[in-house]
Amino acid sequence: MVKIASTFGRSGTHDYILLRASALILASYAVFLIAWLVCNPGVSYADWVGFFGHIGVKIYTLLALTGLLIHAWIGIWQVLTDYVKNSLLRGAIQYVVVIALFVYWFTGLFVLWGV
Amino acid sequence: MKKLTFSIYRYNPEVDTKPRMQDYTLELEDNQDLMVLEALIKIKEEQDPSLAFRRSCREGVCGSDGLNMNGKNGLACITNLSSLKSNKIVIRPLPGLPVMRDLIVDMTQFYKQYEKVKPYLINDEKTPPARERLQSPEERAKLDGLYECILCACCSTSCPSFWWNPDKFVGPAGLLHAYRFLADSRDTATEQRLDDLDDAFSVFRCHGIMNCVNVCPKGLNPTKAIGHIKSMLLSRAV
Repeated sequence: MVKIASTFGRSGTHDYILLRASALILASYAVFLIAWLVCNPGVSYADWVGFFGHIGVKIYTLLALTGLLIHAWIGIWQVLTDYVKNSLLRGAIQYVVVIALFVYWFTGLFVLWGV
Repeated sequence: MKKLTFSIYRYNPEVDTKPRMQDYTLELEDNQDLMVLEALIKIKEEQDPSLAFRRSCREGVCGSDGLNMNGKNGLACITNLSSLKSNKIVIRPLPGLPVMRDLIVDMTQFYKQYEKVKPYLINDEKTPPARERLQSPEERAKLDGLYECILCACCSTSCPSFWWNPDKFVGPAGLLHAYRFLADSRDTATEQRLDDLDDAFSVFRCHGIMNCVNVCPKGLNPTKAIGHIKSMLLSRAV
């Protein structure tokens, strides 16, 4: 068994489940967002505020951002372990990517908080 | 008469500083077809005795002559020149493994992964049966499509996940054998075998691109076996 600390899940199976579960949330959120944009052509600022002011949309958006955090954490780690063989460089890139993902998450949280 | 050009990977670490491609020409009758292995033997005997490659049974059973022919892995002894559909044939060693000389690769890493999956029956029943461990025809049928693997390494060396992580990802050949024992009704080490595979690399680095299925000279389906292993890991996890 290969012991790895830098991925997200506790095991390969855990990673696999998280990756697919988060992909489902992201895919459905993308469809939801596109469908709303198609159904509401010429969106104004007031429309945006009204849309994101809804508690359901706020929760769904936070769920999608959490899905993005988990999905990208595992996915980028997989890509990096394939292509970046220097472990110090790989660790550094992973560190920056994870920080960026948390920045997205907190930014999303504070934006939604303010709507 | 037709002329075929062979561009063959050459590298002798005792003499060469780096690998090179060397061209050979072979003349065949218009209606003549040879296996790639026969062509290589002809080149070695008639043109260049220094050309090195592995071969043994010459009938697709031993798995010694796995090569990359016109970009696709396969066994030289059961690949017709006509099936390559070109007058220029490029022959390279199996990709991703260290080259020892010319078309001969060092298979150590491949065998290490094979060894990792404990490719033998484990049965811890206290009292062994007097004669043999019986299987029903249905139980035996589960091993079809698994036991036939000849370990030629064509599949694992066509897999990008194995190229990038040959020390961590078991590879399609090893995983086919892993499932061969997971599916065996006589084996009692299922949990232990699954524990050993449940990390982020050993099985889950397979992303199902199916290069292994595309090249297997025995027509086996390692991706399907890997899918079964993933299902077994998932069903005990949820």
